[in-house]
Amino acid sequence: MPLTILRVQKEPFDSAAETAPLLADCGDIGALVSFTGLCRDEGGTLAALEIEHYPGMAEEEIGRVIAEAYARWPLEAILVIHRCGLIHPGEPIVLVATAGRHRSEAFAAAEFLMDYLKTRAPFWKKQHGDAAGGWVAAKAEDDAAASKWG
Amino acid sequence: MKALYFAWVRERVGLGEEEIAPPREVKSVADLVIWLKSRGDNYAAAFANEKTVRVALDRSHAKPGALIAGANEIAFFPPMTGG
Repeated sequence: MPLTILRVQKEPFDSAAETAPLLADCGDIGALVSFTGLCRDEGGTLAALEIEHYPGMAEEEIGRVIAEAYARWPLEAILVIHRCGLIHPGEPIVLVATAGRHRSEAFAAAEFLMDYLKTRAPFWKKQHGDAAGGWVAAKAEDDAAASKWG
Repeated sequence: MKALYFAWVRERVGLGEEEIAPPREVKSVADLVIWLKSRGDNYAAAFANEKTVRVALDRSHAKPGALIAGANEIAFFPPMTGG
């Protein structure tokens, strides 16, 4: 049975510490890929990001995306942590990690998970700061990135 | 059924959630949006550009043509910007 870790949380996290359990029990893992998405300061104009989410559906939708990744690639472990609430520049927002026997499936699944999370998981970013950008608009290139997986 | 609103849809409606009791002729998600828009200027503003508002029925993404019968929870929100 592969190991799955899925959390939505307000607190910051340490990517290295969070990915360690993926390797704890598996002697047959040859590849660990992790991606950490961080909060930019947008050239010094952003004070904080506020991330609103749909409690319940956020976890369920991430779970569906993880199930889809397991159906597509032979993986030993998947981890997804997504933060909500107030996030300051330099802090992590999201962590996706995949572990498998070989690098190809681990790389592909990590990119797939991020592309799908961005367009399917119910989270919304609002910018606070001098630029006062308000709600972040969805990007067409994110839809294009997700659609390439068919 | 329970209606939930998120992000700028929530701000324009002025509510995070409410109980709604649409009339029987409201069958699809699209019908429900038309009915909601008739309830006040705040709803009309939230759904002014219907194509930019996404929907979930019982916590799963749904299309405008989806039927709402039997659903306990419907949510309206902008395109997602997480990750």
